[in-house]
Amino acid sequence: MEYEVVIGLEIHVELATETKIFCDCTTAFGGEVNTHCCPICTGMPGTLPVMNEKVVEYAIRAGIALNCEIAHFSKMDRKNYFYPDLPKAYQVSQFDLPLCKNGYVDIEVDGKIKRIGITRIHMEEDAGKLIHDQWGTGSLIDYNRCGVPLIEIVSEPDIRSAEEAKAYVEKVRSIIQYIGASDCKMQEGSLRADVNLSVRPIGQEKFGTRTEMKNLNSFKSILRAAEHEQRRQISEIEHGNIIVQETRRWDDTKGKSYSMRSKEEAHDYRYFPEPDLVPIELTDEQISKIRKELPELPEDRVNKYINDYQLPEYDAKLLTVSKNISDFFEQAVTSGANPKKASNYIMGDLMKLMNQYDDEAIPFDGDKLAKLISLVEAGTISQNIASKVLSMMYETRKDPAAIVKEENLAVVNDESALSEMIENIIAQHTKSVNDYLGGNTKAIGFLIGQVMQKSKGKGNPQMISRLLEEKLNKLK
Amino acid sequence: MKITKHTVDYVANLARLNFNDEEALKLSAQMEDILAYMDKLNSLNTENVIPMEHVKPVSNIFRKDMVSPSFDREQILRNAPVKEDGAFKVPKIVE
Repeated sequence: MEYEVVIGLEIHVELATETKIFCDCTTAFGGEVNTHCCPICTGMPGTLPVMNEKVVEYAIRAGIALNCEIAHFSKMDRKNYFYPDLPKAYQVSQFDLPLCKNGYVDIEVDGKIKRIGITRIHMEEDAGKLIHDQWGTGSLIDYNRCGVPLIEIVSEPDIRSAEEAKAYVEKVRSIIQYIGASDCKMQEGSLRADVNLSVRPIGQEKFGTRTEMKNLNSFKSILRAAEHEQRRQISEIEHGNIIVQETRRWDDTKGKSYSMRSKEEAHDYRYFPEPDLVPIELTDEQISKIRKELPELPEDRVNKYINDYQLPEYDAKLLTVSKNISDFFEQAVTSGANPKKASNYIMGDLMKLMNQYDDEAIPFDGDKLAKLISLVEAGTISQNIASKVLSMMYETRKDPAAIVKEENLAVVNDESALSEMIENIIAQHTKSVNDYLGGNTKAIGFLIGQVMQKSKGKGNPQMISRLLEEKLNKLK
Repeated sequence: MKITKHTVDYVANLARLNFNDEEALKLSAQMEDILAYMDKLNSLNTENVIPMEHVKPVSNIFRKDMVSPSFDREQILRNAPVKEDGAFKVPKIVE
């Protein structure tokens, strides 16, 4: 039987505020255990939370950028459950009156545009982190992350493949980065996705029973987890088994998911309005002010790159997928780089390096790429050497001119040095020389290559070919 | 609304409370009374009453996004029954 997969995603994004959602503690990542804490974020009795105005602003920006309606009246609620990463035994979240709802985002998979509905975006607080102690005698808790503001973006079950799921997360991440609401660093957990997935025979209208995989924090794991879960559910059904509605943990190293029976029992969160926080009321003027001040979105940049920089659409789209890369490109262009040349280096060498090092950003500024391009344009280094310099820049973050100097990579324009190399090559490769002299002019390509290699790629190619021709013609 | 022992057990479990049969019986009667009292509200005509979303008649109380120093870790951990390596320690959480 043929099956269709149905996926809905919940994306949690940590907002780029300086302070936590309800207190003045810093949101900085990676501090010493329990040093970004106060009585409010550790849930001490008698403390009172106060909403950070930036949280509301960022959440509204996200709502506008994801084409949502922004609520004129919204409130916070308590979601009750016991888990030690949540010291109050409830999470302050939003239940029936979220800040944003009924949005959408357009994704592109295999050249086709598809619209994915966004059910809602609500604000909530993040939980602390559990550290399992080395003796296995208990669990340790670090509350530094507790109270860091989050938005949860809930999609409609409109996604029909693992690739679409990945494309959706990529698109949402890119938009959130562009509007400055979050850095969305997946390695640091500032963007995590929960994948709700079910399968059904093609043609069946009713959804199958779904499972949920929580806290996936890389594109690779989202893709693999969704593919694996789809296969697992189809195989269960084909073997006559029933899919149990449950939370499953994805183990990325093993490439398998596991049932988490411990979390099954209490899905009764007994939400009620948070009495310690007052409602949020917004006027049309306030919302349209934020709309007007919204930073440039990826689509705006795509148009700019095509119209103002004359880049092909392919380049424009690829460069704008990540805000980091797009900002880098703009820095390079502002510093005088030719847009198409900058684009070629970014899409080629730099994206390869980013993949190799699993980086989310290029570790130096765009003006350095502009400097490298001008070294090539001035003939100081060759095209081939430029790639080498670029990977050294990536590793050392040094200035291209400094690398060229230190590593002695500048083009050799020294006629006598090149002449000597050419004479050696001519002496060593008599066959090719005779081929050339016998009328096979193509043989010179091989000889040029040999000289180039001898000069470690640094010889001035025009000079080599001129000198080589002169010397060969003398042998005629 | 009839509150059974099953309902009491369910709610008690969510709140991590333990009751013996006698207590559960007593509580089911009390819960029934409370809900019966709430039912009285349904007898009122609320046609022209705007639903109350929140108990406080104020809105939009915000803070500026400005960092203040956090507490010393020693102070935060002072009331913790068990601590280890600068962290609160709780019984092992099994997943």
